[in-house]
Amino acid sequence: MNTEMASSSGGTGSTDPSAPRRHSKRPKYSRFTQQELPACKPILTPQWVISAFTLISFIFIPIGVASLLASRNVVEIVYRYETDCIPINLRGDKVGYIQSTLDKNCIKMITVPKRMKHPIYVYYQLDNFYQNHRRYVKSRSDTQLRDKKKENDTSSCEPEESNGGSPIVPCGLVAWSLFNDTYSFSIKNEPLAVNKNDISWKSDRDSKFGKDVFPKNFQNGTLKGGATLNESIPLSKQEDLIVWMRTAALPTFRKLYGRIEVDLQANEVINVTLENNYNTYSFNGKKKLVLSTTSWLGGKNDFLGIAYLTVGGLCFFLALSFTVVYLVKPRKLGDPSYLSWNRNPAGH
Amino acid sequence: MELQQGNSKTVSVPGDSSSAVNKSQRIRNKSVQFDDNYVSGENPRLIYVNDPRKTNDKYEFTGNEITTSKYTVISFLPKNLFIQFHRVAYLYFLAIAVLNQLPPLAVFGRTVSLFPLLFVLCVTAVKDGYEDWRRHNSDRKENNHESLVLQSGQFQMKVWKKIRAGEVVRVRVNETIPCDMVLLATSDPSGVAYIQTMNLDGESNLKTRYARQETTTLSLFDVNGGTAVSGLIRCEQPNRNIYEFTANMEFNRQKFPLSQSNIILRGCQLKNTEWVIGVVVYAGQETKAMLNSAASPSKRSRLESYMNRETLWLSVFLFVMCAVVATGMGLWLERHKKQLDTLPYYRKIYFTNGSNNRKTYKFYGLVMEIFFSFLSSIIVFQIMIPISLYITMELVRLGQSYFMIEDKQMYDSSSDSRFQCRSLNINEDLGQIRYVFSDKTGTLTQNKMEFRRATVYGKNYGNSLHVADQSLEEASITEVVERNRWKLKSEINVDIELVELLHKDLAGNERIAAHEFFLTLAACNTVIPIVTQCSSSSSTMSELDEPVGSIDYQGESPDEQALVSAASAYGYTLIERTSGHIVIDVNGEKQRLDVLGLHEFDSVRKRMSVVVRYPDNSVKVLVKGADTSMFNILAKEVRKSDQNEDPVTDDVRYITQSHVTEYSLQGLRTLAVASRNLTDEELEEWQCSYKEAGTSLTDRSTKLRHTASLIECDLNLLGATGVEDKLQDGVPEAIESLRQAGMKVWVLTGDKQETAISIGLSCKLLTPEMHQIVINGNSENECRNLLAEARIKYGVKTADYRSKNLKRKKNVENEYLEIPDDITTSKASERHPVKVSILNNTPLALIIDGNSLVYILEKDLEIDLFELATACKVVLCCRVAPLQKAGIVDLIKSRTDDMTLAIGDGANDVSMIQMADVGVGISGQEGRQAVMASDFAMGQFRFLKRLLLVHGHWNYHRVGYLVLYNFYRNAVFVLMLFWYILSTAFSTTSALTDWSSMFYSVIYTSVPTIVVGILDKNLSHKTLLKFPKLYCAGHRQESYNMQLFWLTMADTLWQSLVVFYIPFFIYKDSSIDIWSLGSLWTISVVVLVNIHLAMDIQRWVFITHAATWGSILITYICMVIVDSIPVFPNYWTIYHLARSATYWLTILLITVLALLPRFIFKVMYQIFWPSDIQIAREAEILRRRRPKHLKTKVDKESS
Repeated sequence: MNTEMASSSGGTGSTDPSAPRRHSKRPKYSRFTQQELPACKPILTPQWVISAFTLISFIFIPIGVASLLASRNVVEIVYRYETDCIPINLRGDKVGYIQSTLDKNCIKMITVPKRMKHPIYVYYQLDNFYQNHRRYVKSRSDTQLRDKKKENDTSSCEPEESNGGSPIVPCGLVAWSLFNDTYSFSIKNEPLAVNKNDISWKSDRDSKFGKDVFPKNFQNGTLKGGATLNESIPLSKQEDLIVWMRTAALPTFRKLYGRIEVDLQANEVINVTLENNYNTYSFNGKKKLVLSTTSWLGGKNDFLGIAYLTVGGLCFFLALSFTVVYLVKPRKLGDPSYLSWNRNPAGH
Repeated sequence: MELQQGNSKTVSVPGDSSSAVNKSQRIRNKSVQFDDNYVSGENPRLIYVNDPRKTNDKYEFTGNEITTSKYTVISFLPKNLFIQFHRVAYLYFLAIAVLNQLPPLAVFGRTVSLFPLLFVLCVTAVKDGYEDWRRHNSDRKENNHESLVLQSGQFQMKVWKKIRAGEVVRVRVNETIPCDMVLLATSDPSGVAYIQTMNLDGESNLKTRYARQETTTLSLFDVNGGTAVSGLIRCEQPNRNIYEFTANMEFNRQKFPLSQSNIILRGCQLKNTEWVIGVVVYAGQETKAMLNSAASPSKRSRLESYMNRETLWLSVFLFVMCAVVATGMGLWLERHKKQLDTLPYYRKIYFTNGSNNRKTYKFYGLVMEIFFSFLSSIIVFQIMIPISLYITMELVRLGQSYFMIEDKQMYDSSSDSRFQCRSLNINEDLGQIRYVFSDKTGTLTQNKMEFRRATVYGKNYGNSLHVADQSLEEASITEVVERNRWKLKSEINVDIELVELLHKDLAGNERIAAHEFFLTLAACNTVIPIVTQCSSSSSTMSELDEPVGSIDYQGESPDEQALVSAASAYGYTLIERTSGHIVIDVNGEKQRLDVLGLHEFDSVRKRMSVVVRYPDNSVKVLVKGADTSMFNILAKEVRKSDQNEDPVTDDVRYITQSHVTEYSLQGLRTLAVASRNLTDEELEEWQCSYKEAGTSLTDRSTKLRHTASLIECDLNLLGATGVEDKLQDGVPEAIESLRQAGMKVWVLTGDKQETAISIGLSCKLLTPEMHQIVINGNSENECRNLLAEARIKYGVKTADYRSKNLKRKKNVENEYLEIPDDITTSKASERHPVKVSILNNTPLALIIDGNSLVYILEKDLEIDLFELATACKVVLCCRVAPLQKAGIVDLIKSRTDDMTLAIGDGANDVSMIQMADVGVGISGQEGRQAVMASDFAMGQFRFLKRLLLVHGHWNYHRVGYLVLYNFYRNAVFVLMLFWYILSTAFSTTSALTDWSSMFYSVIYTSVPTIVVGILDKNLSHKTLLKFPKLYCAGHRQESYNMQLFWLTMADTLWQSLVVFYIPFFIYKDSSIDIWSLGSLWTISVVVLVNIHLAMDIQRWVFITHAATWGSILITYICMVIVDSIPVFPNYWTIYHLARSATYWLTILLITVLALLPRFIFKVMYQIFWPSDIQIAREAEILRRRRPKHLKTKVDKESS
């Protein structure tokens, strides 16, 4: 009975209007199932290739020029001081000096090379400091920083999780190693104010660092890692800490110290009083003080502009050379005589 | 399938002495089908009829409860996990997760690292659990069916699961049979029962089973009288061969044999029989149906094994990277040895005032630190080994299969069957097939037999049949038809001359021969007539005394059905068949013939015979069989004894033989028909032997063969028949396309040489100008000589050269083989004079027969055959046994790297289908054995063209690209992490958040690859079908090869450097924090890999757009979500970044610069070295845009 049914349905095909044998397994037609959906099928025609390259070069070259100009407009003063700030006679044992209780103040002069418009950002830059070291990055407790009730949540903070049985707030190696050099500026004995407010991310202050969380038991260990914190100020207001806790991505990094809200004129001499407290000597780390203006692209960095110009130029060159190639040796697209079986078999 | 396959469907021929022993043993080990051991009399199973207790006394046989489910509630978890962890991928996942739990190595958050593994495990477990729950349900349903079982003298309902071996069960019409039972009695007094074996082998026609005469009457009486029945059955141990059953039975002190025709199997249905009574011999899991439910062995695709080779390379990269990190770590620690105590980020001991004061902190010594850093870098770089690729590939193949199944053009309306993907692992293999091995009958041909020609007593009939003008002959035909009271399902044209002869009086040799000829056709078979009375049509012919009946012939062999129908058309209608007698309506006159014995068809004798007693008490043996086997056993002394009486007798033989040759040249299947009177002595001798052979448990087939030879001798030739086996639609075109596509089509058939050649010609496999090399030797030496001769004559190269050559890449060599037969052929061969194995450019065809293969495949001649065969354009193997088919496939498979495909429809093709790289089953008329064993199944041979040229091509290119892209996608990510680790004091820090690392290959970039892997098409199906040679791209491995892998890796290296160093230099002296830079890297790499993919997509549909651009969007969404959770240190990062112009410019720069080399390379390649696919693609797309006159020009050129 099966064969009978099949043959009759086969004979009349799908046009068979009689409904009873409608349980056919015939696939239903749809453009989707037959893989015939409307589609765009790009091919690399010469016009396409050349215009793509031209387009890229036309976009990239202006961007390159713009960013290079922006970068060139940024005025940046970098002053390296980790060696300068050690008295010459003590430079033989830098680590011993930094760990001693000697006076660490040092006063230096910086000349402003070009006019600097406010705001002028004051950064400290550390070299060879692996803030991105896995053990270092992980040695913090974000729950503890946020929430007063979670102050015992220090399991990830080893080896700085507790001291004398009670938890350290903020715990962990990151907080422990908080940078503690300080800078103060003056021009012609007029103190130059450094605004240390709003140097950290607002989001961090609002949500990551608790307003009711106060430092506790901090830097009470045998070995002090860095700065101490005022225990009466909540973490959300400890902006240096907040900046520091945004650990850097690369071993050479800058961190915002403050802002100078006045313009500096060219050839002005700034007196900088540095308090050289932070021990980078044990790992040969450099310390730099950076004063920099900013552009729409950020700080001074020619790389972006140069890269854009290079790529744009290269694409322009490619557009030209492909034009030449297509003119000199055109290949008719879709010409069947190029098919391997139509070509000389030896040529393959 | 084969000539007169009839009852000989057994796939292996156990006693076939001529089959190659070594070879078959080898194959037996390889394929499931053959590793049954046919238990002989050594250890029979004893069944005491109606005494289950005694039956199960010594050894508890399995009850009838079946469990197809794998798990119970308790065993689910451990067992499921155990099964799941058989996959290497999961073990890798687990190892990584465990590593991550070790405190010094916790690179990722501990829970995060468990997430992917748990996810995959849960999904699979839920899926498995659901499937198993459904199996439980169906098992429960099945086990709680009820049947009538003889219990304390009465038939009472009993649930199936309680039925035990030895019990007597009564099954009513249309009920399913609960277990394997030996028939004791049926409602039919002669003990016939009809069953449908649809569930078992898919065949819808009815099959006859018999209860032994000895038990029929007795048990009937006993059961009705309520007396206990008893008896003893000795049968073989359970096995899965559904076509064989060997047992004997002791019943009332009588001993008699039981065979396959006496057993009914679980899962079959009883039809047309009111009831049967049987005794349970195998129950539950031991039934043949359950033993057969094992799946066919899974295959692995070629591309996947190449992929594994490249995965090894990736692990080498992984190892190198980890080693670099570990070494760097060691050096760094060594250099900073003295500072370790004071370094802020690396402290050796505690400095806190507490219990831990000055204890060692997390420093395990230099060696251990190096070791740990090695391990933790493995964790960070884990996705270098693209585990997700395996899952992706499975999904992609699933999608591809969906589209193959849904393809309307692979739907066969005549059998209402769709394309089926039974194996999900080898879709891409379809794009690289080199050799196609095809069965003939049912595959190339329709297996719908039509009676065409007959030669009776030396006279040829049916010549004018096809030209016969119906109107002219109509009068006489209608006369005949009208007299014929039996309506058949199919119309048959008759030869008027022959009809007239049959209506003469029964006198004269020719007339008698014709009578016996048709009697034999009607009687000597295993066809069952099913008579249905239809009263409505009888009204018009009321003058006839009997109502018109319609007859449906149910038989296992289409040849036999055709012959019986033909006999009926000529007035010899078979209307009743039982095991004891046959009733034939001879022109309105019913004749009852007692059947004394029947020798079924087997592949050694190649004939069948039946011994009948006529109403006038004379006994005759009627034989029909393959002409080669028949002409040897004809009466030789005809001329001597009957010289005077009948001078033509001997001529009949030669005339018939010439007719037979003529028929086979026309492509007809021929059978010779002969008969012989038996004397009483002969009869007696035969009956003794027959009985003895029938009751023996061991070697029954040999003994029966011996018995048959007693009477199958000195026969009188009556004539021969020619049955047409029609070609399926589109076969010649399909074969031509496959050949153009560089595939070699070999036909392996059980038919004889002439038939094979004629079919070869009609399906354009052979062309008249081909040189035919025929190898049919009867001994090893003969074969050796024939092979050597052919090789010298046609200049086939010597062994060492070839075998050396073969081990290398075969690309170049193969190219010449596929060059079309036009001008290029000669050109090509001139250019490659060494490579061409053909002397005079004529294509060669090798025709070899099964006998020769016995000698060749077994001996060291294999290589000779291989060389000769590969040099030939066409190979036809005729009269091959099933195992030889597999042997030939193995011949190619073991000696070359080429992909093989076997296509067939019958049980005899199963071995070949399982042996080949890709097995395709035709869901035709010969049951479902082939389909069950196959990887793909379809309704028609011609779909093969579409399957390979279109879907194979697509799938190959899709999967090839998919694999390369996935390697790239993961490697570029890992390398990016690697460069970063170099600037973190080798501390295996990842700038990316844990979530980004985990989501990267799961969410951010996975969907587009899957979509592209399923939907991308480089060429439309029209183009692919029009230029079959485009298929050769698959042969040349254009989409996936070592070179491409290394190129991709070089590109990956460049791209990873760009992705890492551009942000590195841009943000070098800035106050950027680790999470911002990580966020930038994440989005850069996601954009990069997605644009990279977009550059390679050939066909953009809206789904592709959605997937590609959606992935980038989803990445952003995920990052925004993760960055909005205050407890993560990366809180609010993305908001800060998105505000700066540098961020966006960096992403743009990275994308352009990273992809520039790839793009240039691509453009250059397309200008200077365009691939065939590229050109065809351009032609296809540009043609639509071009004006019409150009279009036609292109068409002309291309054709």
